[in-house]
Amino acid sequence: MSSLTMRPCGDFRTSYKQDNTIFETKTIRFVALAAIAVLCFAPLFLDGYFLTLCIQISYLGIAALGLNILVGYTGQISLGHGAFFGFGAFASAWLNNSFNIPVFLSIPLAGFMTMGIGMMFGVPAARIKGLYLAIATLASQFIIEDFFARADWFSGGSSGASAEPLTLFGFAFDTDQSFYYVALFALITMFVWACNLMRSRDGRAFVAIRDHYLSAEIMGIKLNKYRLLSFGISSFYAGIAGALYAHYLGYVSAEGFTIFLSIQFLAMIIIGGMGSIKGTLMGVIFMVFLPEVLSSGVGVMKMTDWGNIPLVVDGLAYIKEMAIGLVIIGFLIFEPEGLAHRWAQIKNYWKFYPFSY
Amino acid sequence: MNFELLLQLIVNGVIVGLLYGVIGMCFVLVYKSTKIVNFAQGEFLLIGAWVCWALLIYLELPFLVSFILSLMFMAAFGILLQMVVLRPMIGEPIISVIMITIGLSIFFQSLMKWIFGVSPQSFPQIFDQQSINILGLNIEMAYLMSTIIALVIMAAFYVFFTYSKHGLAMRATAFDQQVAQSLGISVKNVFAMSWAIAATVSATAGIVLGMVNGVSDSLSVMGIKVFPAVILGGLDSIIGAIVGGVVIGVLENVAEFFDSQYLHIGNMYDIAPFYVLLIILWFKPYGLFGTKDIERI
Repeated sequence: MSSLTMRPCGDFRTSYKQDNTIFETKTIRFVALAAIAVLCFAPLFLDGYFLTLCIQISYLGIAALGLNILVGYTGQISLGHGAFFGFGAFASAWLNNSFNIPVFLSIPLAGFMTMGIGMMFGVPAARIKGLYLAIATLASQFIIEDFFARADWFSGGSSGASAEPLTLFGFAFDTDQSFYYVALFALITMFVWACNLMRSRDGRAFVAIRDHYLSAEIMGIKLNKYRLLSFGISSFYAGIAGALYAHYLGYVSAEGFTIFLSIQFLAMIIIGGMGSIKGTLMGVIFMVFLPEVLSSGVGVMKMTDWGNIPLVVDGLAYIKEMAIGLVIIGFLIFEPEGLAHRWAQIKNYWKFYPFSY
Repeated sequence: MNFELLLQLIVNGVIVGLLYGVIGMCFVLVYKSTKIVNFAQGEFLLIGAWVCWALLIYLELPFLVSFILSLMFMAAFGILLQMVVLRPMIGEPIISVIMITIGLSIFFQSLMKWIFGVSPQSFPQIFDQQSINILGLNIEMAYLMSTIIALVIMAAFYVFFTYSKHGLAMRATAFDQQVAQSLGISVKNVFAMSWAIAATVSATAGIVLGMVNGVSDSLSVMGIKVFPAVILGGLDSIIGAIVGGVVIGVLENVAEFFDSQYLHIGNMYDIAPFYVLLIILWFKPYGLFGTKDIERI
C-alpha cells in the first residue's frame, strides 16, 4: 500500500508490513519530509520570539511524548513527570559541572540516570494501578522536589545550578538559532524512536496492557516487566527533555519543577490525545501557545479604552492558570480523545465531502 | 530528650490529625459513593474559608451567621459542581476522572488567588482567651474548638449513616449502585448529596484552620496531605480515614521533632507523610481497613 498516494476509505491491509508502516501513503510521507525540510530553514524567517517558542515546544514535546508512552499507551498514570523532567535537568548539569563530562554526552547520560530513578520509583508502581498509582507518583513528585531543595551537592540547593551550553567539535550551540537545530534534531529522533517502539513487540505489549491487562497477562506478557519498562522509557524521555532544557537556559533552579509542571504535561497529552504520537505534538503546541495568545490578547485589550481593566491586566498570571484548568475540564467533557481525534474527524469530513454524515 | 516538647507536639498532632481525619472522611465519602477521586478537596477548604472570611470582613456579619451562610453556599456549590462537571464523567476511565478534578483544583485555586490575593488574611478574633492550659499543656482555643468540631462531625457522620434514611440510601448506593437503583433510591440525588456533604464538611475544616493559621493558599495543600491519611486507612473506609488522619498528624509532628532535635534534615514535617505513603503502597496497598480488590480470572 505504500505505493498509493491516497488512502482508500476503509481498512484494506493484507500484510503485517502494511500494518506496520509509519507513513500510510506516499503523500503523508512526502508531507512529513517536506515539513521537516521547512522546519530546517525556519530560523531564517522566524524571529527570536517564535524561535524560543519552537525550542520550548521541542523539549516539552519530548517530555510529553514520554508521558504519553506511559499514560496513553501503557495505561499507567503518573503525576510525577515534572519531577523527572527536573531530575534530568539537574543530572546533566551535575555531570557536566562535577565530572567535566562534555555536554553532548551528559545529556544522554542524564536520560539514563533519570531512567534509573524513574524505575526505582516505578518498582512499587509496577504492582499497583489506577488511583493508587496516581497517588504513589504524586508522593514521588514531592519526594524528588524535596530532594532538589536539599541536595546541595547535586542541585546546588536553593541557589540552583548553572549549566554550560552544548558544544560539539568546538562549536557552541549557545544562541537560539543554533540551539534550534539541536532541539529539532532531538525532537525528530525521539519521535521516530517512539514511532518505532510502538511498532515493535514491546510497544504492542504496552498497548495490550492498557487495553486489558488480565488478557495481556494470559497471553504471556509479563505485567511487572512491561510496566517497569514503560516507566523507565517515559523517565528517559523526561530526562533527555530536562537536560535539553537545562543546557538551553543555562541555569536550573528547583522552583520550576513542581506538581504544576506535571499537571501541565498531563494536560498536553489529554488535549492532544492519549495514545497518539501526532496528538502529543498538537497538545504541546496548544499548551505552549495558550498562555502566549492570552497575554497578547490582554496586551491588545490594554491598548483599547474599553478593555483596559486593571483587574484583568494585573490578574494575567492567574487567568493563564485558570485557562489551563478550564482547558483540561473542557477537553475532558467535550473532546476526551483530544485534538488528534478532532483532526481525524475533520479529515474524514473532507474525504467524504459532500456525502459525510 | 525533651519530653515536654514531644508531648506538646503529639497533642498538636492529634488535634491536626483529627482535622485530617475529617477531610479524609469527605474524600472517602465521595470516593465510596461516586467512585470519583477528588483532587480538588483542598479547594473546598479554601473556598469555604475565603467565603466565610469575606462575609465576616466585607459584610460585617456576626461569625455564626457568616459561618452558616458559607456552609449553605458550599452545599450549593458542591451540588452544582457535581451536576455540571462531574456527572458527564461517570463511566470514564480513571485518568480522566483524576484529571478533571485536578483541572478543577487548578481553576479554583487561581480564581481564589485572583479574587482574594496571595497574602494570608487572618480572621477577626473570635475568642477572648488565646489559649487554655489543660494538664500543663498549652492548647490554643481555636485548636480546642477544632477538636470539638471534628468530634461532633464524626459523631454526626456516624448517626447519619446508621440511622437516617438518606444515610442508609447512600450506603446502599456505595454497596451496589444497580441494586440500590432498583430499590427506588435515586442515585442522582445520592451523588449530589455526597458532594454537598463533602463540600460543607471540608469548608468547616477550612474555616477552622483559617481561624488558626489565617486564610491563604496553603489551605489547599491540605487536600494533598489527606492522601497519606486515606491510603493508610484504606481508601474506602471511613474509620480508616480517621485513624489514618490521626496517625499522619502525629507522625508529621514526631518526624519534625526528631528532625529538629537530632537529624537536621529539614522540611520533614511536609515530606515525611509521603515517604510513609510510598511504604504503605509498597507493602499494603489497600491500607489498614480498606477492602482488598481481589481479581480472579
